[in-house]
Formats: sequence, C-alpha cells, structure tokens
Amino acid sequence: MSIGTFRGGVHPPEFKELTENCAFETIPNPEEIILPVSQHLGKDATPQVKKGDDVITGQLVAKAEGFISAPVHTSVAGKVLSLGKEITPTGFPKDAIVIKTNGTLEGERFRLSPLDPETITPDEIRARVAEAGIVGQGGAAFPTYVKLSPPKDKIIEVVILNGCECEPYLTRDYRFMIERPDDLISGLKLIMKALGVKRGVIGIEDNKPEAIKLLSDKILGETGLEVVALKTKYPQGAEKMLIKAVTGKEVPPGKLPMDVGAVIQNIGTAVAIHDAVVKGEVLTIAALTVSGKGIKVPKNLLVPVGTPIQNVIDFCGGVTEDAVKIVVGGPMMGVSQFDLHAPVMKATSGILVLTKEEITENPETPCLRCGQCVGACPLNLMPTKLSRYSQLQRYEDAEGADITVCMECGTCAYTCPANIPLVQWIRLGKQKVLEMQKERAAVTQ
Amino acid sequence: METTTTTETKQKVYFDLTTSPHLHSKWSTKKVMWFVNLALAPTIAAALAFFGIYQALIMLTAIAFAVGTEAAIQSIRKKQVTWFDGSAALTGLLLALTLPPNFSLSATAIGSVVAIGLGKQIFGGLGYNIFNPALVGRAFLQAAFPVQITTWMKPNFAVDGITSATPLAALKFDKVFTETTPMILGNIGGSLGETSAIAVLLGGIFLIAVGIVNWRIPLSMILGMIIFGGIFWLINPQYPTPIFHILAGSFLFGAMFMATDWVTSPITNKGMWVFGLGISLVLVIIRIYGGLPEGVMYSILFMNGFVPLINKYTVPRTFGAVKENKK
Repeated sequence: MSIGTFRGGVHPPEFKELTENCAFETIPNPEEIILPVSQHLGKDATPQVKKGDDVITGQLVAKAEGFISAPVHTSVAGKVLSLGKEITPTGFPKDAIVIKTNGTLEGERFRLSPLDPETITPDEIRARVAEAGIVGQGGAAFPTYVKLSPPKDKIIEVVILNGCECEPYLTRDYRFMIERPDDLISGLKLIMKALGVKRGVIGIEDNKPEAIKLLSDKILGETGLEVVALKTKYPQGAEKMLIKAVTGKEVPPGKLPMDVGAVIQNIGTAVAIHDAVVKGEVLTIAALTVSGKGIKVPKNLLVPVGTPIQNVIDFCGGVTEDAVKIVVGGPMMGVSQFDLHAPVMKATSGILVLTKEEITENPETPCLRCGQCVGACPLNLMPTKLSRYSQLQRYEDAEGADITVCMECGTCAYTCPANIPLVQWIRLGKQKVLEMQKERAAVTQ
Repeated sequence: METTTTTETKQKVYFDLTTSPHLHSKWSTKKVMWFVNLALAPTIAAALAFFGIYQALIMLTAIAFAVGTEAAIQSIRKKQVTWFDGSAALTGLLLALTLPPNFSLSATAIGSVVAIGLGKQIFGGLGYNIFNPALVGRAFLQAAFPVQITTWMKPNFAVDGITSATPLAALKFDKVFTETTPMILGNIGGSLGETSAIAVLLGGIFLIAVGIVNWRIPLSMILGMIIFGGIFWLINPQYPTPIFHILAGSFLFGAMFMATDWVTSPITNKGMWVFGLGISLVLVIIRIYGGLPEGVMYSILFMNGFVPLINKYTVPRTFGAVKENKK
C-alpha cells in the first residue's frame, strides 16, 4: 500500500466529522418531484409522457437522444403535472417533467430483469448501464455507458474507483464504502468486465483509514484488485490527479483518461451499476450528504431524484439563524443556490448550508505576487497570470498560457491571501477562449 | 414549528450567491503582514539585549515614519488608506533592523520616507513595486550617510578583544577572522537585525512552518553560498569559508526576511531557485572584490530587477504537456 499523490494542491479543513458516522437515511417521498430531462452532458432526453399521464416508480419518462445522453426515470409514482421550464441547481431553467405523487400507485414499481453478474457479457453490461440511466456520480454526470465504450484503438489497462472524496464536508462515498463494500466491489468487477481490464484499483485518501482497512480485507485473495491509500489533499479526486497518483502517468491537455489507458469511476457509480445489473434497478435515488454548520441536523441521505432542495433541508431540521449560503455539491466546486425549489439531480453529491464563519470573506487586495497560487495549482498553470489576462481581456495570451487546461478546481482562489477571485476570472476567460476557438474552427471550415 | 422553519428558509432566498470555491484559506494580506512582523520578535529582542533601549527608538521612529508616509501619500492620491494592513509597518521595521545600532533618529526617519515613497508608493503601492522598499530606503541612506551607516558600536556582552567592527569589516580591513560561536549568538558588531543568527533563524523557520516564506529562497541562497563561496575558498583559503559567509553580516537576515519578500521575489518554484542562487553569486563577488565589506543589500536589489525576467522564463510545464520550446 503506497501513499500516492500529485504535485501542488491545498489542505482545506475537512469538516467530515459532521456526518462521517451518519448512516444513510431514506427521506420520505415529496409531494412533487421535478425531473429535468437533461441530467447528463449532451443532448436532452425526449419526454415519453404527457400532462395527466399516470406513472409508476421507476418508469421511463424521458428517452436518451444522441450519443452522450441518458434516459430519465421517475423516482415516485403519481400523475404528470406539467412539462416546462424549471429551475435547476445550475441556476438555469431547463426542460423538466413535474410529477405529483399519488399514494395509491405507490405499491407498483418498474424493474428491469435481474442479470447474473457471473455470466453477463460486456455488451449486456453496457446495455444495462445505458438502460438504467446511470451517469457519473462524481458531479459531472457523464453517461457511464459512454465511459464503458472506449474506441477500439484505445487500450484500457486499469479501472480506478475514485474513493478520494476530497471535497470537504462530503461523506457520501465514505458511507458507501463502509455500508456497501461488497456491492461496490461487485460494481467494480462489472466495470472491469465491460472494459476487459485485469487491474482494478480503489483509490482512497488516507483520512479514511476504516474504509481502507475494510475494503483491503474484502479484496484479500482476489486477483487484480487493490486498494491504494492516497495522500489527503484537495483535489486528489480530480481525474487527472488520481491517475497521476495511482499510475504515475499524466493525461496530456485536451486528452482523456482513456488516452493513458485508465478509466475512472466514482464509488457511487459502481454501486449503481451493481444495483442495475443484480437487482434490475434504474437510477432514481441520489445518495448525498447534507452538511455544513448552518444545517440543524447534518445527515447522509438517500433522496428520490427530483426532490426539491427545500424538502431535503426541512427533513434535516431546517437551517440555523446564521446560515448565509446554500451550496449544491462540495464547497470547492459546488454551485450556490438562490431558489430552493430546484431539484436534487442524479449526480448531486451534497447540499451544504454554510454560515458566515465558515466562508471567511476577506477584502480583496492587490496581488502580492506571492506565488501561492502557482505553487498550489495541480495542473502547473499560473493562475495569477491567467486571471490578469482575463481581466485585461487579453484572451489570446490566455490561450497561449493554457487557460483551457484549467479544470476550475478553485485551489488558486482558495489559497490566495489577497482574496482575488482567481478561478472566477479564469472561468470567464476560459469561456471566451473556447468561444474564440469555436469561431476560428467555423471560419476554417 | 416545522412550518415556521420552512417559511424562514423560504424568506431567506437571497442567500449569498457567489461562485465556487465557497471556502477560503484563513490567510489575508493583513494577517500575513502582521505574522511577518511577529516573526521579527526574536530579532527585536536580540537587538534590544545586545545594544540597549535606544534601539527601540530607532525601530519606533522607522515604523512611525513609514506608516505616516504611506497614509500621507494615499490621502494625497485620494486612494484608500491602508496604513493598518501591516505592510508599511513591516517596511519600517525591516529598515530599522538593517541600520547600525547607533544610527541617528532623523536619518532613520528620512530612510523610512524614502522606503515607502520611492520604494513602494511611486510604483502604485502594495504589490506593484519592483524593488524591496526597505532596501531602497537603506540604499538611499548608504549613499546619503556613508560614514554613519558604517559606524558600529560594541555589543553589550562583548568580551575584551572583540572590536566593534563587523566580522566582515574586520576581515576585509584587518584580516581578522571572528569565531563562529559569537556570530551564531549575536555577540558581535553589526546592524540591529544581523547580529544574532539564531534569532533570525527562529523567526525564519516560523515563517516557513506557517507557509508564508517559501523555503526554496533561503535554501537556494544557502546552497548558493556553499557552492560559490566554497569555490573561492578552495581556490584561495585566505578567502572566508562558506560558513563564515553565511553567519557574517546580514546574509541570514536577507535570506529569511528580505529576499523572501513576496512582491519582489519570483512566483515560480524554479524561479525561486534561480533568484536565490543569483543573490549568493552576486554577493560573493561583492564581498570578495567590492570596496565595501558587505553586499547583501545590493545583491538582493540587483536580483529584484531580474524577477520579471525570471518569472517569464521559468513558467512551469503544464500538467501532461509534452516538453516543447515555447517562444
């Protein structure tokens, strides 16, 4: 067991103690759920129901369209109330299906037929993962079957399960590792089978010794499986950082993990794959951590996808007096919310209620050229320079300095003593550069 | 009860809306500046112990005039007055610590005004200056008061036989080597801040431990001294040993508190190595061939001038990028 890691990064306070010992609880069905038809990258799924239709739990309500898409299933039984624009945690309104819960239909539930993980073929695994609507649980919501279908010319050598959970507060993946170790190992084996890979690694940060021990014991005697302890450091769970820590290889700018022979899957995704294959379950439940000093009772929850954030917060006793901010996702990369009617999505990993004390806002001062951001950037970029280029609208210089490589992990802004919103400026500049590149491509064609 | 909670949260829909990250490290510009001031406490204590209470007056004068100049210029320019952020006070304190123990208060005040006015504010204030402001102030005093600034007094606990001259001056002009132990403790002639190696190191190690000072700069300077000082010493043993170079004069003070000034040192890790090695190389040349016994101030100021260039040519290789020659 080696302690792998990458260069740079930061050590934000972890706050895991708030929820790490809270076993998953199931939240009761809300009165109404909102199901955005796009809970993945790529094209929107096409609704399969109309206003007034009755649906049962697990029923397909929107079909996947195009390559990087995933179907949507309802997490409750009831009647379709409306189809239209609804606010999502991204802050933008998206097409969504609203379903009103109906108690009388509760008993019925749609399931796919269970399959035997021993005899299942790689194609069957891919088909099942696609049918069950599984998307990456790490936050980016990339449809999982796409990751399981690499082009023929890419040779995949290793599957890495991402058990880092490097975002502060979040303990959802940890709970999966503690509560469902067998299922996640089964999920990992299914992923390996789908990709024809002999080596499976579970990478876990060393601040979770119990998970490391438990999973190491579980895989004892299994060939090809290993648990790797990784240094606790943000953003250890970023794909490129994780691959570097486990294999020593660097994913080149603009390339994908598969280009260096690796596929990364989130812990929750592996569990979902197991459930889809063995139990025939479609993805309708989001596992998430509700935490922060501003929530009355922090919890780990299993929430029907589409449940409004407000319901989840109420289930945890509401917010405290000094709460100032609600974030969906982790504190380093999550999105702050203005409308608590927005629903929990398939890939929602946490809901955080933060107090003023936690977010420590200091006044912004001029750049001190301290180089902290340069030393901390895990991708070896120069955040202070990129941010300056963006402010001065020198987008060509920003492009030359690799602004598009930035994964927006926020390490630079976290570490900046002058409190300059570095990643925020870079995000803006990156968007402009990408637009510029698109225009350029259009002209040459 | 349940319903009141719900309405409360619903009323608070105007939650803070900012983009990630939502956490921020505990450091702020102000906090960093006061931490550096704090790290100078052992050095201040050593200065008071070895040279007496008059040293407190020098330090207070320097700080008062530095802070006053900062506030005055900022008000004239109708900018936000940031005199309490600790940076002007730090410049004043650092300047005071580079002065001889019996330096006059009026000259000290002039040095502070020049340090802040010419060294910092003329460039646009905090973060925009190219040269270390405290050293700019001292360089001015060196030119304006050449005799006073090289007149040393005996430390309080001096044993008979140790002259008031600094070890470097004693070597340069009288060919007398000072022993190592007094140089480590500080029982030698010299500037307020350079006298006790151990006090300077204590503060410096504290700053490295809390993450304010990047260890690469002091380490590369020390390594540079071992290499370049060592080469001269091997060629001719009449020249001082690398250990003497490191302990004598304001080398350690410069390495911990002057060269590591965030604003005027490189931002890249590689650049910090170039910077530190460069300072030591220039310093060895000045000490051995120059007319003055000491040269830390000039070597740091000299390398300050190269920082933009160093930053430009030490851009780290982007993660995963294949090495290529960027033009």
